[in-house]
Amino acid sequence: MRPGASLRLRRHGLILVALLIVYAALSAVVTNSYYQLMLTLVPIWAVLGLSWNVFSGYVGLISFGHAAFFGIGAYTVALLQINLGITPWIGIPVGIVVAGLAALLIGLPTFRLRGHYFALAMLAYPLLMAYLLQYLQYHEVTLPMEREAPTYWLQFSDPRMYTLLALVLLAIAMAISMVMENSRFGLSLMAIRQNELAAEAAGINARRWKTYALMLSGAMAGAAGGLYACVLLVVTPEAVLGMLVSAQALVVALFGGVGTYWGPLIGAAILIPLSETLHAELGEIVPGIQGVVYGAAIVLIMLLAPEGLFWTLRDRWGRRAQPTGAAMAAPVAAAPASPQPPAAKPSSGRVLLEVRGLSKSFGGLKAVDEVSFSVPEGSILGIIGPNGAGKTTMFNVVNGVLRADRGEARLDGQNMVGRKLHEICHMGIGRTFQVVRSFPRLPLLDNVLVGAYGAGLTDDAAVTAARDAMARTGLTHLADVPAGGLTNKELRLMELARALAGQPRLLLLDETLAGLGREECDAVLDVLNGLRAEGMTIVIIEHTMHAMLRVADELLVIDRGRVLAHGDPRTIVEDPKVIEAYLGRKWLKQQAA
Amino acid sequence: MSDVQILVENVLNALTAGVLIGCIYGLMCVGLGLIFGIMRVVNFAQGDFLMLGMYAAYYLFAGWGLLSFLGPYAGPFLSAVIAGPLVFAGGVLVHRYIISRVSGLRTAASLDEGHFGQLIVTLGISLILQNGGLILFGSSPRTVRTPLSSSAWTLDVPGVDALIFLNQARLVSALIAVAVAVALYFMLERTRLGRSLRAAADNPTAATYAGVDVDRAHRIAFGMGVGITAVAGGLIATFLSYSPFVGLDFVIIMYAGVVLGGMGSILGAFWGGLTVGFVQQFSALFLPPQLQNSAIFVVFLLILILRPQGFFGRSAERA
Repeated sequence: MRPGASLRLRRHGLILVALLIVYAALSAVVTNSYYQLMLTLVPIWAVLGLSWNVFSGYVGLISFGHAAFFGIGAYTVALLQINLGITPWIGIPVGIVVAGLAALLIGLPTFRLRGHYFALAMLAYPLLMAYLLQYLQYHEVTLPMEREAPTYWLQFSDPRMYTLLALVLLAIAMAISMVMENSRFGLSLMAIRQNELAAEAAGINARRWKTYALMLSGAMAGAAGGLYACVLLVVTPEAVLGMLVSAQALVVALFGGVGTYWGPLIGAAILIPLSETLHAELGEIVPGIQGVVYGAAIVLIMLLAPEGLFWTLRDRWGRRAQPTGAAMAAPVAAAPASPQPPAAKPSSGRVLLEVRGLSKSFGGLKAVDEVSFSVPEGSILGIIGPNGAGKTTMFNVVNGVLRADRGEARLDGQNMVGRKLHEICHMGIGRTFQVVRSFPRLPLLDNVLVGAYGAGLTDDAAVTAARDAMARTGLTHLADVPAGGLTNKELRLMELARALAGQPRLLLLDETLAGLGREECDAVLDVLNGLRAEGMTIVIIEHTMHAMLRVADELLVIDRGRVLAHGDPRTIVEDPKVIEAYLGRKWLKQQAA
Repeated sequence: MSDVQILVENVLNALTAGVLIGCIYGLMCVGLGLIFGIMRVVNFAQGDFLMLGMYAAYYLFAGWGLLSFLGPYAGPFLSAVIAGPLVFAGGVLVHRYIISRVSGLRTAASLDEGHFGQLIVTLGISLILQNGGLILFGSSPRTVRTPLSSSAWTLDVPGVDALIFLNQARLVSALIAVAVAVALYFMLERTRLGRSLRAAADNPTAATYAGVDVDRAHRIAFGMGVGITAVAGGLIATFLSYSPFVGLDFVIIMYAGVVLGGMGSILGAFWGGLTVGFVQQFSALFLPPQLQNSAIFVVFLLILILRPQGFFGRSAERA
């Protein structure tokens, strides 16, 4: 659980229970069977929306094919009852399992894809299934009415029972979503959505979390589909696998709000009654009205409130309430000081990172060419070089983003080349990227926590590690401020803290000082010096020479993929070869200034 | 006739049918490929613009009969071609009021370049067009009938003693499709408008600095993209009956073709569509009719998963 989660969960749980009770009471007084059916469908579609949100909302990969799982649930229930005489009470759980497994199978090949490609591939699955079912003569499956022991067959003469069942299902789905969003599961998925590469570098196994999310999502959709079959008693490919079902999942979630469990609830509560009423009142005269309303709702919501009703309202309401919050945070912000470095640990002189003959080419371009260097424990190595010199590529090869063509990189004697990004993180390498991405709505503490979760720490240990990392980077006073309100410098420090929270032995920092003013730069450099004093080993890529001279124990100059010079910063700066070949004009200009 | 001869004849007929239908699919895919190639927008509603083209042709020729004076031979095909500009106008409006707000320079810098929003907005447009079509056009199947639909030229293949049937409506449609595709190709390569479209595709920001009105270029590209697909729709309407939900069947075919051709490559899209036509006609030799469409789906998934950069043209955007 994330810090503060239990309080939040208790509060939201109470709100949910109250809403469900009100809803149940409302449905108890509705006698019109059509409107009762509508009241049953709202929670069912809300569950489907929650299922979509659990995957697409947090991971950020759009699924156009959630009908696949919904349909699997519905058909499993129907076919089990008809062919094997198995009651839906067992059929629905079986459907949940089958849908979850289907998600696993679908995920295996489909997670190779991103963006457009993923969405398009997902679209194909339910349509493919619909064709297959039609071929197998299942184009209309009717659940037989069971006059004897109807309850055993999940058939009720009182339609309110279905509504109650749907509410129970919704309560379970909400509980799962709530726990998930507040756990490392949810946070890891959000990190993947933000920047998959950075998440991997923070130790998160993106592939595994995505698979879990899709399986959970598929299982939830399967449950909704199974109950849907019991309520309507007729299952057709069009009704459970059609485009409109996938669209329904996406629309209720988008309309209500993506990436929050309240979203699908709000969306379903508004849109389903709207479209069902339209369908009931006008469906005979204007047959496509439901689809038109949905289409229009999607377009309008994307144009007017692209993140959904929940976030738009919350942000608007939040902005009005903001001034007091900001005023409270302001005085504290004046207090940051770099943490007092403990008594400096002497550098042991042992080599922590050893790079030998590392090479990487893209076609004919040798981006990294026979680079060798070593970094003693407890020291800071600065890497400089012009744009396109291959600095970031070298980082990418060292920490597993890219695969080296030749050469080796060893951390404390262990080879790293050929390992996966998150495995290398677990070996003890923390990394920051040129572009900082945060969770703007989550407090700083949660943003830092990602790094600790990635390293595989337990919940309590993760919070301790995150707080410790924030103390070391001087961010403690900002722990509760949403990351969206941080300055550039604070964001850079946040990224540093995130890497530190994984308790690395070596930090790879990619242009941590980029875009900072002189004073901000100095503040960050103080933090780095503090870290070295604690014994941390750091490799940093940087453009500004004056910054490098302040922190680096050694400098590595790279140009066109090759090492140009390596050694003591003062000597490097005065090395005529370096000045001539690379620093020349730039350095002299700086001297003159 | 021996079994071998029957097989040879079937294969030859599938081959020619594949070429004919493939050329029309090729044109259809070029429309989608144009939109993606220039705007980087995945238009989910492309199949529904195809449907609009079909109905435009229907109303021009049969429904209102504006073009019925041209007779049963020229009328349907001319209606199909004129459906292009009509849907172009609609596409321009849709871009102006909806698509432009979630695409182009406006979203180029955002987290996922606005892809999330674009996919979903076009999904919404797709739902509106399908169901709006149901309201306006009704659900009874339509077709633009021409005497050519049900007649064929026969070709005697010397040597193997096989007869090849060329459906006349499909042959004429395929020729028109190729002509439109070639005209578009020359427009893009040779004219000023084509150059500005390509400039807007290569680097929208730089094109802006060079004085290209990128928003206008995108609007024209979107209109042309849906217009071209609509022409293909009008051509298909001469030999296939359809309803307002027909777009869904074709949107997958189109994406299969475009992905096969390499997303972003307009020429590749034509070859991709042609290949899909082949796959569809050949699967008819082995599969029962209900499963023919699923063959396309399987091919589509296989292409996506195994070779998302496509087989033809340049690799545009690796998954």
